[in-house]
Amino acid sequence: MCSLENVAICMVIMALTTYLIRVIPIGFVRRKMENEWVQDFLYYIPFCVLSAMTFPDVLYSTTPTGATSPHFVSAAIATMVAIVLAWKDRGLVRVALVAVLTAIIVELLLPVLF
Amino acid sequence: MNEFIRGIKKGFPICLGYIPVSFTFGLIAVKMGFNPLEATIISMTNMASAGQFAGIRLIEGGAPYIELVITTFVINLRYMLMSLSLSQKVASDMPFYKRAVMAFCITDEVFALAAMEKDDVSFPFFGGLMTTPIAGWTLGTFLGAVASSLLSPMLQGCFGIALYCMFIAIIIPPARKGRKVAIAVVVSALLSCLFKYVPGINVLSKSGGGGWAIIVAAILGAAICASIKEIKRFRRRLQKGGGNV
Repeated sequence: MCSLENVAICMVIMALTTYLIRVIPIGFVRRKMENEWVQDFLYYIPFCVLSAMTFPDVLYSTTPTGATSPHFVSAAIATMVAIVLAWKDRGLVRVALVAVLTAIIVELLLPVLF
Repeated sequence: MNEFIRGIKKGFPICLGYIPVSFTFGLIAVKMGFNPLEATIISMTNMASAGQFAGIRLIEGGAPYIELVITTFVINLRYMLMSLSLSQKVASDMPFYKRAVMAFCITDEVFALAAMEKDDVSFPFFGGLMTTPIAGWTLGTFLGAVASSLLSPMLQGCFGIALYCMFIAIIIPPARKGRKVAIAVVVSALLSCLFKYVPGINVLSKSGGGGWAIIVAAILGAAICASIKEIKRFRRRLQKGGGNV
């Protein structure tokens, strides 16, 4: 059983599992795939993975642990801000930081306004 | 060496973006009872956002080891796809030890930047690309773990959106420039929402910490986009050939 007492074993399990997943394909697949469909498929994978991870989970991301209901409003507004900034090519850091600030401002304003 | 520096320059924004995200991880881990050193080591040895968050929850909750393995596997399965994709973008004679080093830092963001390179990815470039994100991810965790008691729950929550906004910053610009990438992004997002909200198939997002839903949505999305060409060809033949397909 996992527990904080034998946390070292758990940490080794996590690290090994994560690493094996990553090393097996790149370590052992040497053949270039020629099939056009497979090439296209692998080209789209990064965009698809990131998009599927982001939506809809981003809407729950500003909810503090232990909150009784999701904080959709701050998350939705911050997400829209992030999309607009990304659309204008503003770069990873600026997009992330401005979105966090937006979420904080909305969280601070909401109780005042309503 | 030139390639290494170019990698460092490209990777540095990821490093900066990682700090608020890993900061959040450090905060939460310490709240759950991990000490700052443990939290920092978990970050350094995993380099995996969602997988780490799920992992510490299981450890704290006293789950069986096998559940820790399965959950980590499912949530991180996407790295297998990325690793496979990257295997097509390195020289086929690159030795195993170089591949083994690169594998360590196939994260969502590092991979995305490497995948967008025009040519093959060289070992020095990837080495440069991964260096500062590893440092940032580790340092951020440590800072979060140490500062845990200083931040209010509201502020802690707001930091949680940083990770997703990095994802948005990575996918939106190429989606604006290429219609097919835009289709890929929209299709996968819709599928992911379906898997979360539609009764019956939402079991996908309830098991394995949401890992299955992401994998299936991404594979279906990429498969659909990769098939668009075939479908177009098929329809063209139907219009022209009058039946002999």
